[in-house]
Amino acid sequence: MSTLASLDAGRLAMHRKRKRVNVVALALSLGAMAFGVFWLIWILFETVHLGLGGLSWQVFTEMTPPPQAETGGLANAIYGSLMMVGLATLIGTPIGIMAGIYLAEYGQRTWLGRTTQFINDILLSAPSIVIGLFIYAVVVSRFKSFSGWAGVLALALIVIPVVIRTTENMLSLVPNALREAAYALGTPKWKVILSITLKAARAGVVTGVLLALARVSGETAPLLFTALSNQFWTSNLSEPMASLPVTIFKFAMSPYENWQQLAWAGVFLITLGVLALNILARVLFRNKH
Amino acid sequence: MDAKVDLSVTEKSKIAVRDLNFYYGSFHALKHINLNIPEKKVTAFIGPSGCGKSTLLRTFNRMFELYPEQRAEGEILVDGENVLDKRLDVSLIRAKVGMVFQKPTPFPMSIYDNIAFGVKLFENLSRVEMDERVEWALKKSALWNEVKDKLGQSGSGLSGGQQQRLCIARGIAIKPEVLLLDEPCSALDPISTGKIEELIHELKSDYTVVIVTHNMQQAARVSDYTAYMYLGDLIEFGPTRDLFMKPQKKDTEDYITGRFG
Amino acid sequence: MRAPWADRLFALAAHGAAWLTLALLMGILLSLIAGAAPAIREYGLSFLWRSEWDPVQDHYGGLVMIYGTLMTSFIALLIAVPVSFGIALFLTELSPQWLKRPLGVAIELLAAVPSIVYGMWGLLVFSPLLATYVQQPLQHIFKGVPVLGALFSGPPVGIGLLSAGIILAIMIIPFIASVMRDVFEVTPPMLKESAYGLGSTTWEVVWNVVLPYTKTGVVGGVMLGLGRALGETMAVTFLIGNMNQLNSISIFEAANSITSALANEFAEAGEGLHQASLIYLGLVLFFITFVVLAFSKILLAQLRKSEGSKS
Repeated sequence: MSTLASLDAGRLAMHRKRKRVNVVALALSLGAMAFGVFWLIWILFETVHLGLGGLSWQVFTEMTPPPQAETGGLANAIYGSLMMVGLATLIGTPIGIMAGIYLAEYGQRTWLGRTTQFINDILLSAPSIVIGLFIYAVVVSRFKSFSGWAGVLALALIVIPVVIRTTENMLSLVPNALREAAYALGTPKWKVILSITLKAARAGVVTGVLLALARVSGETAPLLFTALSNQFWTSNLSEPMASLPVTIFKFAMSPYENWQQLAWAGVFLITLGVLALNILARVLFRNKH
Repeated sequence: MDAKVDLSVTEKSKIAVRDLNFYYGSFHALKHINLNIPEKKVTAFIGPSGCGKSTLLRTFNRMFELYPEQRAEGEILVDGENVLDKRLDVSLIRAKVGMVFQKPTPFPMSIYDNIAFGVKLFENLSRVEMDERVEWALKKSALWNEVKDKLGQSGSGLSGGQQQRLCIARGIAIKPEVLLLDEPCSALDPISTGKIEELIHELKSDYTVVIVTHNMQQAARVSDYTAYMYLGDLIEFGPTRDLFMKPQKKDTEDYITGRFG
Repeated sequence: MRAPWADRLFALAAHGAAWLTLALLMGILLSLIAGAAPAIREYGLSFLWRSEWDPVQDHYGGLVMIYGTLMTSFIALLIAVPVSFGIALFLTELSPQWLKRPLGVAIELLAAVPSIVYGMWGLLVFSPLLATYVQQPLQHIFKGVPVLGALFSGPPVGIGLLSAGIILAIMIIPFIASVMRDVFEVTPPMLKESAYGLGSTTWEVVWNVVLPYTKTGVVGGVMLGLGRALGETMAVTFLIGNMNQLNSISIFEAANSITSALANEFAEAGEGLHQASLIYLGLVLFFITFVVLAFSKILLAQLRKSEGSKS
């Protein structure tokens, strides 16, 4: 068989150049990977470092303080976030799952199905601050006050498209043979969907809900002019309500040292929560598959 | 096309197909099928790929209705009642006419619940009665001994052959009168296939069995009657031994002797 | 046991949820238009190229914000697309098997980090370093150079269009990289093997075979990243400087984006032209993201048609 030695000089030179190009390209890609990992590590490191520094029991027990105060915490903000994120997920998930069921089980080739899919894509990529504007116009304006409920609704509107998309995807992956086997026993359609199809896809659907939950936990923009914020403790959702992201926004942009420290603590808590949820979702999904 | 479809005087017809035409969109998939399926016997549908044997099987329990572009015209009388009649509740038909598919499809639940699922749709049994029914079904499908200690485990943990027997048990549990088997062994190894063929032999004492198979030897082994189909037409139908030994039509003979696949 | 109404009720609920989604979009559009109506009436389309933004005198124009949004997203894409491509290349062709999963997870975790973390980290940790190690040297090097000098003029304090653009880039890299990696991974091995069999280098296989094969997915991923960059609020607000004036083409200058303007001014804006103008800006942003989405869908449909039915 002819060897490299027998290739003429011209082709050999070209070959060497191609090899060089290859090495450069691959080195660049390694650099890109390192670049990406570098930012992740740096951001996480600073967040943990500065966040832990500002963390103490007070963060969980005391309310948001005025600037330059000696004490203070994030209790009202933490509570507000938990409340609003929890309720938003509770409200948004059933609607999202039902619409996802519609897309995967009823509307595959209908006009309504295609349109809903398209609309969902738009809602998914809509800037979350625009969602906040919408709720402002419809709820806050109408009732002449910012409120926790407005915040809940805004966050729910972010949960819904995410859950629709993941539910539809997961249900579509369930093989048709499984549905047919259930139909063959005489099962009515609603029971096939709930007891068989949804059940078969449940790991993926739950993952989708967890990811939606993680997503809204960190959302700031939709809360800016719906729930606004609140210096004091409130568990009344018809009042403006503090939330971690909005509080962090206010504190971080300020020049006050105590506020900035609390902001770091808050950022640490949010990151911890979001990453934990993501890892949980991942583990759950992998286990079932 | 008309084939010699009259059964001998001693056989009663469980399913009578009258002038059945089937369409996928505008494609005429089954052409003027006339056929009598005898009761409590095993009937096999054979023929090359695309001949329509699965299509025909799936008309018997109106499975095609799940897909809007598929439609059937004509009559399919099960014990005299036309199952294609839209006024007939399809769930009730499927309680009488059960189906097992090519690939095993255990539901995402325990073995016990798999069997109980269909039963719960139609009957209100006590816990004890349900246990008995589950045991009966699993014994009938020769799976009881292998799973009796792990009824609570997921059905997907079983081997392929066991899963298929689970699906058969699931189908039997609701006490149908007809069992439709759509290439039930094509995804299984030879040993599991053998076990299922034995099972089919026993099932026919209680059920009318219709089996679609692309494996001629299997048809010869398990069935009492065989229908040979080609490109949507029913070419020949008769007792298995007769069809294989002395086929009446040249087309049948060509297929059986392997002149084409 | 037999309950045909259950079937109908369930189907109704499912259909209803779908209609709700439609109603939602309609509602958003209508309320935005209604809210922006005073500003639309006042300025019409000229709002898009007026640059004056003066709440005191009640004169508004959206040019500064629109420019800021587009420019930061452009800078972000400029950085993010090649880097994402490099990451996807690494993950699919170079990385040893044991490293693939952890690295992949690392990239996905980067995507999960909330934007406010990026914003705060960007402002308090990154921007001072950017000022000292990147902006000042750049300004020094290009001083006096015709176009580039102007591009890098202005106060090198770490906030402005460039800073916001860089943070945005870091934010969207995980999205684009994940999509690229996913589509690279499903390229049929046989296709790549045919190219390798002819003696191609890895780079040549990726550039000439994998990339064309996956271009639909790649374009989709880039559009996804672009959409996110355009709509991003927190990361940009912390770093863009919130200045409602455009004095030069320098990317070191503080500026403003639509989302930052909304974030900073909306809560206090009184009912009237100020608020209406802000909502007008929101409408413009919604329109821009819609156009990007529609464009990507059309592009994808075209690509799919031209190659039969691949990917």
